[in-house]
Amino acid sequence: MNGKKIVPLEFEQPLLLLAQQIEALEKQLADNPNAELETDIAQLNEQYIHLKRSLYANLRPIDHLAIARHPQRPYTRDYFERWDANWVEMHGDRQGSDDPAMVTGFLQLGDFAVLGVGTQKGRALRDKQQCNFGMPQPEGYRKALRNFHHAEKFGLPIVCLIDTPGAYPGLNAEERNQAQAIALNLRELAGLTVPVVAVVTGEGGSGGALAIGVANRILMLEHSVYSVISPEGCASILWRSGDKVAEACQAMKMTARELFSLGVIDQVIEEPLGGAHHDFDFASQKVKAALIGQLTELTLLSGPSLKDDRHRKFRKMGSFVEAAV
Amino acid sequence: MDLKEWFASRRKSREAMQVKQPLTTEEYCALWTQCFQCRELLYTRDLRSNFQVCPKCQYHFRIGADQRIEQLADPDTWQELFGNLMSSDPLGFVDTDTYPNRLIEATRKSGLREAVVTGTCLLQDTKVALSVMDFGHFGGSMGSVVGEKVTRLIEHAVEHELPVIVISSSGGARMQEGILSLMQMAKTSAALQSLHEAKLLFVSILTEPTFGGVTASFAMLGDIIIAEPGARIGFAGRRVIEQTIRQKLPNEFQTAEHLLKHGQVDMVVERTKLKDTLHGLVKFHKRKLVASAKAESREQIAQGKVSSRQTR
Repeated sequence: MNGKKIVPLEFEQPLLLLAQQIEALEKQLADNPNAELETDIAQLNEQYIHLKRSLYANLRPIDHLAIARHPQRPYTRDYFERWDANWVEMHGDRQGSDDPAMVTGFLQLGDFAVLGVGTQKGRALRDKQQCNFGMPQPEGYRKALRNFHHAEKFGLPIVCLIDTPGAYPGLNAEERNQAQAIALNLRELAGLTVPVVAVVTGEGGSGGALAIGVANRILMLEHSVYSVISPEGCASILWRSGDKVAEACQAMKMTARELFSLGVIDQVIEEPLGGAHHDFDFASQKVKAALIGQLTELTLLSGPSLKDDRHRKFRKMGSFVEAAV
Repeated sequence: MDLKEWFASRRKSREAMQVKQPLTTEEYCALWTQCFQCRELLYTRDLRSNFQVCPKCQYHFRIGADQRIEQLADPDTWQELFGNLMSSDPLGFVDTDTYPNRLIEATRKSGLREAVVTGTCLLQDTKVALSVMDFGHFGGSMGSVVGEKVTRLIEHAVEHELPVIVISSSGGARMQEGILSLMQMAKTSAALQSLHEAKLLFVSILTEPTFGGVTASFAMLGDIIIAEPGARIGFAGRRVIEQTIRQKLPNEFQTAEHLLKHGQVDMVVERTKLKDTLHGLVKFHKRKLVASAKAESREQIAQGKVSSRQTR
């Protein structure tokens, strides 16, 4: 990631130890060349590659969560900049505020001129605070809604990038009606006659994520997660204990592959080995390709059938038993 | 008096004595209810006839779906719909207990199959589609069945051109159904989008307590939003907000009156006046609907598109 050193995650420790060992041996080798040492290093290197592969192939849900929350993971602005260096940002909800946690703007995605909408977590500390750690205020959702209507008016397809722990749970947010802001977005998104594609790029946190996620197609990056409540919240409510987060992650089925097999999402997008933070360009290329693929299909549909398609998609969601009366 | 008679009279007098026995605590409690707010002892039968509202301090007791329907629907007009839907366990969810066990326990406690009851009824002779949530069943949480029943009721209303009334009382989404619960927010909102397009009235009534995914979907999408006095309504729970902003919240925060002050609900209506208010609103909007339909048909006649016999 941009030449900076990547912060390792807890479950990556064994890999890190092995890498350190190899490094130490290589130093020794440089000081006094030795054929035996050389074969040892070659063996260790082989082991390293093997371990890396098996480690990332057998991630637990909580490891996916750790990758999804990695502080160096690419955020909405990183994607937008890579897709279109000349993208134009649109500010404000026209009602008195501009929420930096929600980014909206126009960009060229391959052959498509689209409205881009996404939550933004912020990189440096001040940036993070301004963005509220990616938790939008009601104004953020209203800003998105204003732009959805703009896209509807001018027939622009909509691309939403979701990476948020959830809508901001604060006193002011409540008083300015966070719930209504989300609810209105759900209803209005359902009624649009332009294609809407949503991608969960990191954390998909509850209603705050869904408020920009009522789409014709929902895609997820390989290591991203999407859930009804944060695993911490789930653990504290159901287990009444803060240290059952791993169990909560497991029980809620929140990883991309599990949600794909549940039929909730439509496509899983491959990430570079170890996660999107290892290679921004690779990740953004993959997401772009997936989006273009989906948009190419969706633009074949007429406006009303796009709306019907969205209605049908969410109408099917849910699992229940219909007993004989 | 022969021996037989003597035994008979003895049995009788015993039975008579048993009737006069003092009430057990359980029976005593069923007769009297203490108000949670003003601590006044209330005769349960009086409380019931007063819509479970304390006559002294106007405290609104939490009530179940059955009582709610009894209070609103005209007698013998309630027709339940989609009552045969039951939850399944799509994720195989286990926390400290399994989800199916928790469902059985919830049904045992509430006597209901699910946290919402849906159907149609007459409201002072006007037919409406009514959906009532019950906090007593699984905390009123919204899982697949709650979402499905509300959605089906809305679709039923669109088909039969009925006004919809939804009485919410819920802790939010049902965690045990994971992402599928979250998707119910989108499902119900999408159905309301169709209702909105059909220009049918939707009245949302918020009662103690309404939170989370229910507030952030259908509950806040009412054309008219009514709250019950003292009800706590919000998106995030009080504890979560206190932890986030690291300060204590004022007492009146997230109450119906507080929401009214901040422009989030149209009115706060006491339970004793709810039926009249609802009826007034439904009737008012029905008149408009009929008027617009008449105007439309007049236009069509003027344009010569349809013969007058075909119009209403």
